Amino acid sequence: MSQILIKQGHIIDPANNINRIGDVYIAEGKVVSVTHEPAGFKPTTVIDATHKVICPGFIDLSTRLREPGQSRKATFKSEAIAAASAGVTTMCLQPDTNPVIDTPAVAELIKELAEKADYPQIYPIAALTRKLEGTELSSMLSLKQAGCIAVGNAQQAVKNLLILRRAMEYAASHDLLVMFRPNDYWLGNNGCAHEGAVATRYGLPSIPDEAETIALAQCLELVELTGCRMHFGQLSCKRSVIKIYQAKKYGLNVSADVAIHQLHLTENDMIPFDSSYHVLPPFRNEEDRQYLRQGLASGTLNSICSDHQPHDIDAKLGAFPETEPGVSSLETLLPLMLKLVTQGEITLVQGIAALSENPARVLHLNSGALTVGYAADICVFDPELTWQVNADNWKSQGINTPFWGQEFKGRVTHTIQAGKMIYSLE
Amino acid sequence: MTENIQLNSEGKLKHFLSIEGLNKTLLTEILDIADSFIGMNDQQIKKVPLLRGKTIVNLFFENSTRTRTTFELAAKRLSADVLSMSIATSSTSKGESLLDTIRNLEAMFVDMFVVRHAISGAAHFIAQHTAPHISVINAGDGQHAHPTQAMLDMFTIRQVKQDFSNLRVAIIGDILHSRVARSQIQALNTLGAAEVRVIAPKTLLPSHVESLGVNVSHDLTSGLKDIDVIIMLRLQKERMTSALLPSESEYFKCFGLTEAKLKIAKPDAIVMHPGPINRGVEIDSKVADGPQSVILKQVSNGIAIRMAVMAMAMQKQGAVG
Repeated sequence: MSQILIKQGHIIDPANNINRIGDVYIAEGKVVSVTHEPAGFKPTTVIDATHKVICPGFIDLSTRLREPGQSRKATFKSEAIAAASAGVTTMCLQPDTNPVIDTPAVAELIKELAEKADYPQIYPIAALTRKLEGTELSSMLSLKQAGCIAVGNAQQAVKNLLILRRAMEYAASHDLLVMFRPNDYWLGNNGCAHEGAVATRYGLPSIPDEAETIALAQCLELVELTGCRMHFGQLSCKRSVIKIYQAKKYGLNVSADVAIHQLHLTENDMIPFDSSYHVLPPFRNEEDRQYLRQGLASGTLNSICSDHQPHDIDAKLGAFPETEPGVSSLETLLPLMLKLVTQGEITLVQGIAALSENPARVLHLNSGALTVGYAADICVFDPELTWQVNADNWKSQGINTPFWGQEFKGRVTHTIQAGKMIYSLE
Repeated sequence: MTENIQLNSEGKLKHFLSIEGLNKTLLTEILDIADSFIGMNDQQIKKVPLLRGKTIVNLFFENSTRTRTTFELAAKRLSADVLSMSIATSSTSKGESLLDTIRNLEAMFVDMFVVRHAISGAAHFIAQHTAPHISVINAGDGQHAHPTQAMLDMFTIRQVKQDFSNLRVAIIGDILHSRVARSQIQALNTLGAAEVRVIAPKTLLPSHVESLGVNVSHDLTSGLKDIDVIIMLRLQKERMTSALLPSESEYFKCFGLTEAKLKIAKPDAIVMHPGPINRGVEIDSKVADGPQSVILKQVSNGIAIRMAVMAMAMQKQGAVG
């Protein structure tokens, strides 16, 4: 097997508290040394990382790769290439595939598709309830044994709190992590935009903050009742951040993430009726954005996810409320994180931790760090390299991004997954 | 609005999708041109050859009798060839997308689409995706805008009150679901009305209604004080089943316009309604048919306004060549 030397880069490994110039040595798919050359090390590949950052590969807590069921939107192959080019080495897959990830057969199919795409580190999240319908429990233990890393509700609200309670109790019995996006079905009212001035002006069906915060508050009560290990995904508003802060202070075993685009865009950035801004939860207001940023800086929100949702052209071609929600967002993950650093909201170490060390902790993975003996999942990026979001550079099959045409600073040059180079920028 | 797709490079009207983004000069121009057409109603031959040889398609994805009829009449009086299509609920049920429908009609050498659709943003979407020589007129999209209705209301107000600057206007009823109200509020504020007041229970108001530039009242009695123009909105029956209101009778008790309540407004206040009226639900028959009502005048003015907008949107083609 190949031996890789990554030379003279700025190593940032938050988990091991490393933040200095040095070399990383990889052999047998694992990190064998950081800084000191191991005896007899004969690299087959040398990467010159001068003026570049070497950090753990990114772990994405929420993605959709559209297989099985929607390969017209994207495939494991297309999105694995996009992920590799974005420095992402591990992806969690939301269960709202077709069929839903609620049987071991579907989980196994996903593992197979991942192998075929030469991107093995895709972890399915199993449906919390059968077909995500919120009425019957899924076979969580069998799903766990089939390789599911957690159970979750994807975008579907769980209407019945008794079912939610039982699902959480059952998950807790098998030490399964529950990845939950809080949204109240009734208050959400099939809306498509934040309940604010913009939705009012354009007559768009709207979703109040309370659709998220009330569902979150209820769920936090159930965490205390059931002792379930809970991670809240894609939070979007101020009072959600406050609630997570209070819950952690109170001692509940919870964590939370935010989707990268929520840290940058608000309702006021939306170009009227431009469907590339149609996301769920919706872009909220400036105060919400500020709280999300502070929540990230203070660690209340410990992870950033891409919430990657590639679409075909037709899915976004229509009047705004009728289009499908979601942003194709793997490839803007790093540059948008770096933008937060440039804007002084977080440090580079915090940003990298939110993309590697922290999601690894959420998932209980021995990953997200350059620890000797860990699988070598590594991202090398040039923080100064500028590039444009355009057809020449874009890898994902979904081009549904509000950032299309924009210029960004910071680009991945090499991605290594379990010791194998899966991407290098020509 | 960051880009104004309604105007061409010379600042002339190309599409008429919403009041937002149009300035006072342009709105006044629409009213003035409509004024020049209004005399035609009394003439023997009610036709001008302005749009001779042009093809206009009325594309109604949502049912409407009055709006469609007045658009049709307006097009005919401008000598255009007009075709009205009612596309029941949506042709998407037949597997055809909105865009496919538009593309098919484009291939028949259409010059203008008049669009009504149940989804906010539909007219905007069509304007963005249709061939560059085609104009789009919004005849109502979801809860977003109904700009020709708003302009015919402005026209009616100007006919009676001459000037907007001293006017206090109350809009009463289901603001939340009303594209008419949104367009009226924008038009009144652009034309410089002294005050726009909305009067409704909280369940029928959008969340950030103040951001539209209005004062809010939940009480009709106090809300009608000093008002020059009263605009009543139609109340849909489904507001009861979706728990926005308890009953029609309770609504009429609180927000129905009766002769007694009308007396609270200024003595020369006018009463308007975009129609069709629910007698005894939002308005008493005695008020709807009474001397202060200008409801039928609104309907007649609808033709002149639609002629004005169509003529203006088509004129841009002559100017460009």
